[in-house]
Amino acid sequence: MTESGLSSFAIKDCALIAIATGKKAQNLRELREHLRQIEPGSIYYHFWGGLLRPRFDDPEYHNDFASWIAHSLHNKRLAERLAVINPSTYESMEAVKNELIETIEESLDETEFPTWAERDAQFEFIRYQIVVFDTKLSVNNPKNFVDIIPGLSLGSIFYHFIDARRRNPNSLDDFQNWLLNFEGEYGVLCHMISGVCPYFTPLKKLREELSEVFKAYFQKEEP
Amino acid sequence: MKEKNLLDKYGEIAGRDVIEHLQQLARPLNGLRFVHINSTQTGGGVAEILQKLVPLMQELGIETRWEVITGESVFYQCTKSFHNAIQGNQVDVPESYLKVYEKTNADTAERLKGLLQEADVVIAHDPQPAALIKYFPNRRGKWVWRCHIDASRPFRPVWKYLREFVSEYDASIFSLSSFAQRLPHPLYLIAPSIDPLNEKNIDLNEEEISEVRQNFKIDPERPIILQVSRYDRFKDPFGVIRSYQLAKEFVPPLQLVLAGGGASDDPEGEEVLREVRTAAMDDPDIRILLLPADAHRTINALQRSADIVMQKSIKEGFGLTVTEAMWKNKPVIGGDTGGIRIQVVNHHTGFLVNTPEGAALRIRYLLHNPDIMEEMGKKAKEFVRENFLITRQLREYLTLIFALLHAKEERIELG
Repeated sequence: MTESGLSSFAIKDCALIAIATGKKAQNLRELREHLRQIEPGSIYYHFWGGLLRPRFDDPEYHNDFASWIAHSLHNKRLAERLAVINPSTYESMEAVKNELIETIEESLDETEFPTWAERDAQFEFIRYQIVVFDTKLSVNNPKNFVDIIPGLSLGSIFYHFIDARRRNPNSLDDFQNWLLNFEGEYGVLCHMISGVCPYFTPLKKLREELSEVFKAYFQKEEP
Repeated sequence: MKEKNLLDKYGEIAGRDVIEHLQQLARPLNGLRFVHINSTQTGGGVAEILQKLVPLMQELGIETRWEVITGESVFYQCTKSFHNAIQGNQVDVPESYLKVYEKTNADTAERLKGLLQEADVVIAHDPQPAALIKYFPNRRGKWVWRCHIDASRPFRPVWKYLREFVSEYDASIFSLSSFAQRLPHPLYLIAPSIDPLNEKNIDLNEEEISEVRQNFKIDPERPIILQVSRYDRFKDPFGVIRSYQLAKEFVPPLQLVLAGGGASDDPEGEEVLREVRTAAMDDPDIRILLLPADAHRTINALQRSADIVMQKSIKEGFGLTVTEAMWKNKPVIGGDTGGIRIQVVNHHTGFLVNTPEGAALRIRYLLHNPDIMEEMGKKAKEFVRENFLITRQLREYLTLIFALLHAKEERIELG
């Protein structure tokens, strides 16, 4: 409990495991057809799962669809259009999925002969299971995040900053969501947190940026 | 006390937060009985990783056993044929071999009856112990088939035979999505990893590295390219020799080292080795080494001696030798196949190539740009630290256990 009687911020951690769906696409039409059927969790994985799996820190395209279309179908134009889709600005994964399908359909309308990927470079749809566990750590005072965030695991950062957007009805990360309970006291801090973009930043960097935000805010608050 | 130090040692390399994460994930699993079973205790990537994965799991409080299925030479010839067939080679496996295969599995099932029947989780690695499940119709726990091989285009008659067994499992694990075969259960994806504390990967002093070079008459003053792998056609040792020959026309001092580790379940290696020696045509700058399965420090020293490491495979499971080389700050020129693709990032950690000509060009490019080579090596090491250490693989095995116990749920919330 906080001093003002609010619930503490319970720090959780998570781990993801990927599962092959067996669905594969070798060209744009197949990709679109699978997209129509695929579960939202798979779309989520192909946008956000990259943060928790082997990937170079500076990928050219920030989601798997754009990356495959660029590298295996060599359609840079469509890849660029898909790469700017930032899922954190959509209400749901269903909405992201619709945007993907629409953008692909536009491209199909413009293309007479869709290209095919090589047989060993097909798009593989993957889904995931997420295991969430309680670290038994909790925060009562937002100021404590200054010391706590640098020691959080990347799984915790993923859970509270990225996964939260899918869980919370207001689509906010857990930090902002909790700070809202303080009735406007931390409005500036929330604004600063919302400036941290999760889409283009690897988890380690996200942890650093969040840490910096809390540090900067509370240093300013010191008398 | 000694066991506790193991986690601490990994913490020093992978980060303390990584170890705490593992401890928290493992806590609800304390008391579970876990069994790994494969076909060899030494040689090959599977055995190497189990040598550390098992004690780490034990230290995390999970009762973990490692058992080995052993048989007569026909059993290994049969499973080697399975291995090649899963990778797509058209191999006829005689009926008599299949009988030995099933008999060996039946004998092992009898020997391990109590242990496997009562285990909470059994992980059978590769085709060798896959048939064990047939002898446990009333098994208590979850059984998982771990396929370390690229099974994307298997030789169908052999796959049809093996599928009868592996379909019975509760789940499978493949190293990459593209390696998976459709099966009537969840297909989990876990990339393999290296052990930074294994003698193959630990830091060595210059004296030891120099001694190894001297033993094999490798000149440290001249550029060295190296491929470490079993003498196996899929590793394309002939393509490596051709790449070296093409590059040497432009870089005359170039040396090539081919270092093949032996494994007790690989009877085909000797034949390939003979052909490789013929292809080398007595070139004094080519060293063809047949190293014993436990020559970990020697391989380590060779990798550290090399300027460039190659893994020009035509087909590759994952390519742990690539990971090992990257961990030693080496750029890798790798075949554009399998798991090499997710490790070697063009212009960042090395180059992917499709032909001996492509490999030769990249060898020349790197040797002419030592600064780029050094920068790539640094990036390669950090990429491995983040993604391909044993601690990451262990985390995924632990996650898998929860996933198995809650197979239908996308989100599993532990109390």
